[in-house]
Amino acid sequence: MIKKEMIAMLLAGGQGSRLGVLTSKVAKPAVAFGGKYRIIDFPLSNCINSGVDTVGVLTQYQPLRLNSHIGIGIPWDLDRNVGGVSVLPPYERSKGSDWYSGTANAIFQNLDYMESYNPDYVLILSGDHIYKMDYEVLLDYHKAHNADVTIAAMPVPMEEASRFGIVVTDDDKRIIDFQEKPAVPKSNLASMGIYIFSWKALKESLLALKDQPGCDFGKHIIPYCFDKGERIFAFEFNGYWKDVGTLSSYWEANMELIDIIPVFNLYEAFWRIYTKSDILPPQYIAPGSVVERCILGEGTDVYGTAINSVIGCGVTIEEGAEVVDSIIMQNSVIKKGTKLNKAIVAENVVIGENCVIGTGEFAPSTLSTKVYASDLATIGENTVIPDGVVVGRNTAIMGVTTPEDYPNGILASGDSIIKAGDVE
Amino acid sequence: MRAIGIILAGGNNSRMRELSQKRAIGAMPIAGSYRAIDFALSNMTHSHIQKVAVLTQYNAWSLNQHLSSSKWWDFGRKQGGLYVFTPSITADNGFWYRGTADSIYQNLSYLKTSHEPYVVIASGDGIYKLDYNKVLEYHIEKKADITVVTKMIEPGEDVNRFGLVQTDEDGRITDFEEKPVVSSASLISTGVYIVRRRLLIELVEKCAAEDRYDFVNDILVRYKNQKRFYSYTMDSYWSNISTVESYYKTNMDFLKPEVRNYFFKEYPDVYSKVEDLPPAKYNPGSRVSNSLISSGCIINGTVENSVLFKTAYVGNNCVIRNSIILNDVYIGDNTHIENCIVESRDTIRANTTYIGSPDDIKIVIEKNVRYNI
Repeated sequence: MIKKEMIAMLLAGGQGSRLGVLTSKVAKPAVAFGGKYRIIDFPLSNCINSGVDTVGVLTQYQPLRLNSHIGIGIPWDLDRNVGGVSVLPPYERSKGSDWYSGTANAIFQNLDYMESYNPDYVLILSGDHIYKMDYEVLLDYHKAHNADVTIAAMPVPMEEASRFGIVVTDDDKRIIDFQEKPAVPKSNLASMGIYIFSWKALKESLLALKDQPGCDFGKHIIPYCFDKGERIFAFEFNGYWKDVGTLSSYWEANMELIDIIPVFNLYEAFWRIYTKSDILPPQYIAPGSVVERCILGEGTDVYGTAINSVIGCGVTIEEGAEVVDSIIMQNSVIKKGTKLNKAIVAENVVIGENCVIGTGEFAPSTLSTKVYASDLATIGENTVIPDGVVVGRNTAIMGVTTPEDYPNGILASGDSIIKAGDVE
Repeated sequence: MRAIGIILAGGNNSRMRELSQKRAIGAMPIAGSYRAIDFALSNMTHSHIQKVAVLTQYNAWSLNQHLSSSKWWDFGRKQGGLYVFTPSITADNGFWYRGTADSIYQNLSYLKTSHEPYVVIASGDGIYKLDYNKVLEYHIEKKADITVVTKMIEPGEDVNRFGLVQTDEDGRITDFEEKPVVSSASLISTGVYIVRRRLLIELVEKCAAEDRYDFVNDILVRYKNQKRFYSYTMDSYWSNISTVESYYKTNMDFLKPEVRNYFFKEYPDVYSKVEDLPPAKYNPGSRVSNSLISSGCIINGTVENSVLFKTAYVGNNCVIRNSIILNDVYIGDNTHIENCIVESRDTIRANTTYIGSPDDIKIVIEKNVRYNI
């Protein structure tokens, strides 16, 4: 008989629309992070490091990159005879087909998958957070409190608490109230979107709410369990945890890795983060180049200057090019004499010679003030930028662009050129 | 599938000095991210040879650790696999491998139970890319008994660590000289051979019956007139790492753009074990020039014309010049290292100096306690 004490369900179907052009062709969990990783590597590595060897990854939005990244789970040791990683897209049934309409609905549609492992506990994770957490400790806590549901929560500064879903607990850490983005928060414990459910409680609530449109854990399942009087506990987490949901938080989280002793340390042998490595050779730093306060992935060649930047694998920075305060993802090329300042460059981008990317004053975005609200110039994957153009701040470029797209060779701050991908 | 593979990686070589004390030559780190045997293994897999045996006996742990899974080279298939054969005691044998031919003889069942008509024999210390199928086509076309892959060496290069080959116009080998002091010939054997499987079985069985153990002396040299031995000359990069000088030079060759591009950027890729290390990190004060830096390194000082292997730590105000820093080395602050090879897992104290010269590369072995300095 097949039996797993705890299995994980990893929600990786979201678009992450506030990452703008970065997620116009890939799901947010597949976005590159920290030089050689993708965001989903963090929860997947947490799983295997915690001894959770059965993980269902729920995909829906633009799953191609995610599928090829995960494969059969070899990089995370999740290629198992029993269990391992399974990618779970929505599927058709004899009575029609449904997309995943909400986080809990996605889990509900995979009830059969979970049941096949006879779990006692189910761990619900989301694929868009950067953190290291031992889920085994979380499970021990769940068991010790004889809980039906355990919610991981972290203390946030009281003045920021109104931006989060807040849980209010009694002295025993049992949750006595929830507040969603409250004006006057009663506690500073913010829910991290990480839950352990006892199987009975999960199955019962998913079945009870199966007809709820857009069924969501935070909005429907947890309140349902709460109203029913289930034992819901908060597990206080005090480590590093970052939701990289916006362009500026994504940029900041990357930049934090460059600190001399980063808060979030990738260099510890304990709790290693695994990823699929396509490129093996060492990086080459040419004579006359400058590399300082950077992290660089494998196979990257630097002939120019890179300062205070996070640079992925297989990138080329040509002579005279200057990359400052920027993020460059894998296989992109920055040609001779081009200067980048506060730019995010996605994968396989080619930026021509003698361009200036990220210059001038901030201007509000003409595309979406919700998504683009920082100094950053954001360049989507497979973009080509011709020689000699000047690109302002708070800009977005996606697709193969030609000199005609840049009136007078300039893309002004706040403007955008979108020629590919589905984009808000 | 027309061929199976054998990689002879058993050897040790005193001319590698201290570097081979704890590891087989096949496990020597190369070019920042690789081990010597990766090149032969990658050639095998890119030549669609799916079944490969690695014969090893000198400190097999170093190799076994690297070959812990065959998946990095895409072996481990149902049709084939990667096997590591160390000497073992059986009812009729209690010896170590007494030579290359003996190592094949002791694993004769590997040859006998295979069905592929040909065998590619390669050594574990060659740094090169080669499609063995091209050699096999040549072998068949020449109706050769054994084809030896050869390489012209530059005039003036030290020949005495190689086997030299003389051929007629057709490429047929007329003479062998093993490790001569001086020689007029300049065609050297790369230690890569193709032979029909049944013939190989016959030859090593005959060797064993006569208490002979060496593939070169007791098969190639001995049968050079009776059998048809041909030379296939490769014209791309080839190097082997049998001495400290050649090991240093081979690593430094990767600082040349043509060598680096040939191995790192052109098809086919060289595969190696993936170690899941974080990106290399350049802290304030790092000054790096003309160097290869591998993943997991943390650099706070100056590095010039050097190759840093994985997870090297370079302290503040250090100067590393013309040197090879092997895996997992910690170098304390204000240390100066020039023309050196620093052994794996070394811990170098702060404020120290190690200087070799271009003609006499210094090997640094410093096993200080890392967490007290």
